[in-house]
Amino acid sequence: MDLKTLTFLVVGATFALYIFIAIRSRAKTTSEFYVAGKGVHPILNGMATGADWMSAASFISMAGLIAFKGYDASVYLMGWTGGYVLLAMLLAPYLRKYGKFTVPEFIGDRFYSNGARVMAVICLITASITYVIGQMKGIGVAFSRFLEVDFSVGLVAGMVIVFIYAVLGGMKGVTNTQIAQYCVLIFAYTVPAIFISLQLTGSFLPQVGLGSMMADGSGVYLLDKLDKSLVDLGFAAYTTQKGSTLDIFLLTMSLMIGTAGLPHVIMRFFTVPKVKDARFSAGWALVFIAILYTTAPAVGAMARLNLMNTIQIGEVGSPEGNLKYDDRPQWFKNWEKTGLLHYEDKNNDGRIQYYGGAPDFAATAAAAGWAGNEMVKVDRDIMVLANPEIAKLPNWTIALVAAGGIAAALSTAAGLLLAISSAISHDLCKSIWFKDMDDKAELLASRIAMAGAICVAGYLGLNPPGFAAQVVALAFGLAASSLFPVIMLGIFDKRCNRAGAIFGMMTGLGTTLVYIFWFKGWFFVKSTAMAADTADQWLFGISPGSFGAVGALLNFAVAIAVSRMTTPPPEHIQHLVEDIRVPMGAGGANMDH
Amino acid sequence: MSNAQLYWQANLRLVIGCLIVWFVVSFGFGIFLVDQLNAYSLGGYKLGFWFAQQGSIYTFVFLIFFYAIRMNVLDRKFGVHED
Repeated sequence: MDLKTLTFLVVGATFALYIFIAIRSRAKTTSEFYVAGKGVHPILNGMATGADWMSAASFISMAGLIAFKGYDASVYLMGWTGGYVLLAMLLAPYLRKYGKFTVPEFIGDRFYSNGARVMAVICLITASITYVIGQMKGIGVAFSRFLEVDFSVGLVAGMVIVFIYAVLGGMKGVTNTQIAQYCVLIFAYTVPAIFISLQLTGSFLPQVGLGSMMADGSGVYLLDKLDKSLVDLGFAAYTTQKGSTLDIFLLTMSLMIGTAGLPHVIMRFFTVPKVKDARFSAGWALVFIAILYTTAPAVGAMARLNLMNTIQIGEVGSPEGNLKYDDRPQWFKNWEKTGLLHYEDKNNDGRIQYYGGAPDFAATAAAAGWAGNEMVKVDRDIMVLANPEIAKLPNWTIALVAAGGIAAALSTAAGLLLAISSAISHDLCKSIWFKDMDDKAELLASRIAMAGAICVAGYLGLNPPGFAAQVVALAFGLAASSLFPVIMLGIFDKRCNRAGAIFGMMTGLGTTLVYIFWFKGWFFVKSTAMAADTADQWLFGISPGSFGAVGALLNFAVAIAVSRMTTPPPEHIQHLVEDIRVPMGAGGANMDH
Repeated sequence: MSNAQLYWQANLRLVIGCLIVWFVVSFGFGIFLVDQLNAYSLGGYKLGFWFAQQGSIYTFVFLIFFYAIRMNVLDRKFGVHED
């Protein structure tokens, strides 16, 4: 069977599975639609959270990012996992105890203010929409690359699938499909990694393989060999730091706080039966996420080493040391066709020279008659997508990677769409616009909101605004600087009041937005940028993507100070805070509030 | 102090303890002290690099379960557990 047919079969089978689950898990009440009836087992919720969290970017791009950035990519590994510690200890159990449906609902109730609630809705929708555009693109890309169908056809196919299970089943349908999608994506990610680790180091676990000696009997550790191959060719060493320490610190912190403040992640913890389940479920979520996140560094390093060894087959500087272009392997040809890999024979010797720009290497390169790096484009996404081919794995593993990438994108898109639609139907329609809506009408409203959100997301995926690639920083910046601090203060600072929360959110949000727009252009219109987006222009060398942590700090400071200067919150709010701090009396699986 | 206040203080102590470990392992070992720790190695890993790309994540998982288990004990000790 050829690869294309096989890929269609595998992807088709996973789609059939998702639809089958959707039909079996239709939501009948708003409680089922918003929080799956609060009856999800903590381990299963952990799995669903893992799929919810790990996006097309985690699945496809992260290992590539690590492969080309080495140590500096640790910010993503620590940043996107460390947030779960904050979530488990500072937010999840208390929000579960509060027992309502959405994040803005908690903020609105705790700060007795519809204004605060609407502001939270705006932050939530902005962060989630920017995030969902990337997922929609991921679905289209996975389809067009593996199934050779048009980008838009793939995107529409993905939209239809999400439509079926999210509109029918709400949180209940999304949870059940996410559990299945987690299994698909983690299998697809780890199988090629295990094979490659076995080939290179003889070690079954990629996490161990990365720290092992090469299996070729040379007695050299894999990471040392990678460092040496890179440095020999004028690249920076893999395991050493390149960026500034302050910026690495702040970016890691922003990603951690942002992770804990992203509403589509927080709301998953509303679905478990008890407060203690929320704590454990965060741990399980991180276990399932860690399986991928500790494998990714091995995938990145091993793919980079394979890439280097494929091209630099012998001694650096000798003519025979470089691969002849005509001898390039099949996967090289396949990915050249997609434009993700591009070679230019700058010195017309018919061989491939792939090297870095270290100043002390320039002389060596010139002496060997090299006229510049000839691998003019090596897209980092290739590192995962082409991994099975580079390692000469059987076709079914390639088909599996396609299905896994699509599963990762679909599951995250569905979670984000659910956060958006429940904010619209529950926080705006039910609570502000049409207060006398009954449960049935609200359920209908939530389905309509979901359908609308899918259409908007699909449209934006097809016609991505020019700034789409830059706005991921915005999603994390917004979540870190606006939502996380006020939720945390709402639980931990009884004295924090309405004025404090509103001013705090405005400060965090305002400074972060202005800082990002200052360097990226107002509303991402490039020509309106106030300063060049380079390290010497940044305030204290802080990049716009790292500013979320500073915004969060300002939010905390302003909220605490303003609260102290104004009247304390009313007594019933203080009682509410006391109540959410103790687990006793949390509503069980069948309680409708 | 009331029972609820004592429970809350015990919880805060536990959270602060866990967050100190969280900070030291990731920001401390993985970022600020990475060069110093890289002088040591763990198998083929330089130690600082291992903390940044592997060790911190394992520690995060451990911390959450440790917290969840300790909180179960505290919930019972102060009689605020769910039935």
